[in-house]
Amino acid sequence: MPRLNSPAELEKLREGILAKRLPEKPCISICAGTGCLAFGAKRVVDAFKEEVKRQKLEEEIDIKETGCPGFCERGTVVTIYPEGICYFRVQPEDAPEVVSAVKDRKIVDRLLYIDPVSGEKAIYEHEISFYKDQKRLLIGNNSKIDPKNIEDYIALGGYSALAKALSQMTPEQVMEQVDRANLRGRGGAGFPAARKWKTCRGSPGEPKYVIVNADEGDPGAFMDRSLLEGNPHSVLEGLAIGAYAIGSPQGFIYVRAEYPLAVENVGIAIKQAEEHGLLGETILGSGFNFKVRVHRGAGAFVSGESSALMTAIEGRVGEPRPKYIRTSIKGVWDKPSDLNNVESWANVPLIVNNGADWYRSIGTEGSKGTKIFSLVGKVNNTGLVEVPMGIPLRDIVFRIGGGIPEGKKFKAVQTGGPSGGCIPEQLLDMLVDYDELAKTGSIMGSGGMVVMDEDTCMVDTARYFLDFLKDESCGKCTPCREGIKQMLNILTDICGGRGRDGDIELLQELSEVLRDTSLCALGGTAPNPVLTTIQYFRDEYEAHIKEKKCPAYVCKELVSYYINPAKCQACMICLRNCPAEAISGGKNQIHVIDQSKCTKCGTCFDLCPARFDAVKKISGEPVPPPLPEDGRVLVRGKE
Amino acid sequence: MDQKEIDQIVEKYAGEEGVLIQLLLDVQKELNWVPKEAIKRISERLQVPLSQIYRVASFYKSMSLRPRGRHLVNVCLGTACQVRDGPRVMDRVSQVLGINPGETTPDMKFTLERVNCLGCCALGPTVKIDEDYYGKIAPAKVEEILEGYD
Repeated sequence: MPRLNSPAELEKLREGILAKRLPEKPCISICAGTGCLAFGAKRVVDAFKEEVKRQKLEEEIDIKETGCPGFCERGTVVTIYPEGICYFRVQPEDAPEVVSAVKDRKIVDRLLYIDPVSGEKAIYEHEISFYKDQKRLLIGNNSKIDPKNIEDYIALGGYSALAKALSQMTPEQVMEQVDRANLRGRGGAGFPAARKWKTCRGSPGEPKYVIVNADEGDPGAFMDRSLLEGNPHSVLEGLAIGAYAIGSPQGFIYVRAEYPLAVENVGIAIKQAEEHGLLGETILGSGFNFKVRVHRGAGAFVSGESSALMTAIEGRVGEPRPKYIRTSIKGVWDKPSDLNNVESWANVPLIVNNGADWYRSIGTEGSKGTKIFSLVGKVNNTGLVEVPMGIPLRDIVFRIGGGIPEGKKFKAVQTGGPSGGCIPEQLLDMLVDYDELAKTGSIMGSGGMVVMDEDTCMVDTARYFLDFLKDESCGKCTPCREGIKQMLNILTDICGGRGRDGDIELLQELSEVLRDTSLCALGGTAPNPVLTTIQYFRDEYEAHIKEKKCPAYVCKELVSYYINPAKCQACMICLRNCPAEAISGGKNQIHVIDQSKCTKCGTCFDLCPARFDAVKKISGEPVPPPLPEDGRVLVRGKE
Repeated sequence: MDQKEIDQIVEKYAGEEGVLIQLLLDVQKELNWVPKEAIKRISERLQVPLSQIYRVASFYKSMSLRPRGRHLVNVCLGTACQVRDGPRVMDRVSQVLGINPGETTPDMKFTLERVNCLGCCALGPTVKIDEDYYGKIAPAKVEEILEGYD
């Protein structure tokens, strides 16, 4: 591929690609993101390739392995273009039928989405409730792009924003656009991106560095992974524009170790962009030089913090440092360094192409544009959701997410990962943006949204996050290292039935210390999950402490399993499957759990047939004594 | 361990700054752990003190200073998996393999690790064994899946 030496050559290449592509030629686009791969997408791709070959349709039908279109719950997701027909839960065995249907321009009815409420079938994305209320500016193209092929991105207008910035705008003008668009950091804190850029540009020291934070450590969030995997060029383009505005010749992409596919795809993307002259020396003939290197993380949550991440890029242990001097002034190798999150960078080409006014028209007063959330946990439609800022939380959970599975009751939404908090039902009508979320005591964070239902224990949730943070605290500062540990000890005691009066107040006191005195945001925000659960679910804490009861039947030490002798049909299912061999009984012998052997794994509860419903969870009260051994013969037909 | 292997990895990054972590990741991938000899050799080649390399290698979760089993079982306990019964999956894996998280079976077949999010949150609970991802795993299925590895 010859290098592109001007914006005009890029346009020519784009026209050439489009001319080569017949708009009517069918394309089977198969999601090969990490989510669908877990459902066996690789086998689906192979089956489709095989089938197209078998039917000798290689010339007539294209097959594309794409990134994640978002609806992970229904993977493997297959979309047929140009019509945009969506098939879900596609298996390798479906390949012959689908390929034949594509050939004959027909639709495979049984693989369509069926609306769980209306029972109606939906053919296209815009008819599906999960997609209807979304505004997918960033992830909408994922199903049209093979991330390993730069031509797909260019065909959709890719790199036109970079060309525009380099040929028609000064760095100051780019900066001004992003500033006026009020792009706020998507990684968590929501700091205005342009303000960081300006500081970095204006600080002494050369070279300056620009960095993509793809550490995405928040458990429960995976939008950065999907963007990097599915549309890496959009991130590279944004980064290059930012580098131009800041005056940086070198960029880094810091990707966490747990995302091998993202590392692979972004590596390929960098190589292809360099070959095309879209990265490297004098990009598009402009005289602007910019290189990008990938730095793999090695599994440390704290390394996502800006100063820690930069230390890691230098090859040292990724621990934070005090930030009397900000990283935008002194960052990597003490040079001015600008760090923004994956999603923030991906927004930049949109702003440059469409202008700040257009961008400002989306969202709320203080939060502009869209936000991608990973909607997960106890919700029907799990997946990636991109919505305009300011959408009611209720719409996300119930309209897009389709509500709670199995008719269970909604309890809370956890946002912001270990730095965030739990939002209760009474606040469901809030509008989701940076400022409203902060008012609840939570934060936007990187956009994880974990839905919890009646079966989730909020004390255990708080304990879970502190347990996570205890492992991830780097140990450099005392409040975080010791404070988290002590708070975890208290919470573990409460969950174990050893809670005491005054524990809640002690947790609150410790929280204040952590918040005020920790070195970095990891410790400073660590109390948030505890404080919000105390604020909104204090009754659960009190039940654990006073009644030794776990209302959600989660905390093992406070829960017992019991077989109701009046309901047990001696079917042997639980008995055979009990991994602890704690259940005695036999044919026509009512089953009894030996409480001293029971490991409380819940297998018996799961497996007891619903029509018997004999296994019961008990908390906060004594387990009824077992029937005497000679009284356990089941008399059938008694009921 | 062959010293040449380490040298090859070191040479891959010749002339670049700040490569220690990348280098150790490559060693981990190649050898499935980071042996003492490798640390020594890297120290010699990069002229970086042993203590600094040890500090990096012991700080990061992806690097193991003990030999790992042939198969690495990562049970995800990210928040989404946590609320969807991930802990029970972990208990079951632990029980079937007879080891706790962070340990390796005596026959060196499996190493069990807890991971704090694989990014497959929509499919929780998830388990990753080597390069294979398993979504929506029921504790009762664990044994069968593990039996598929030898």
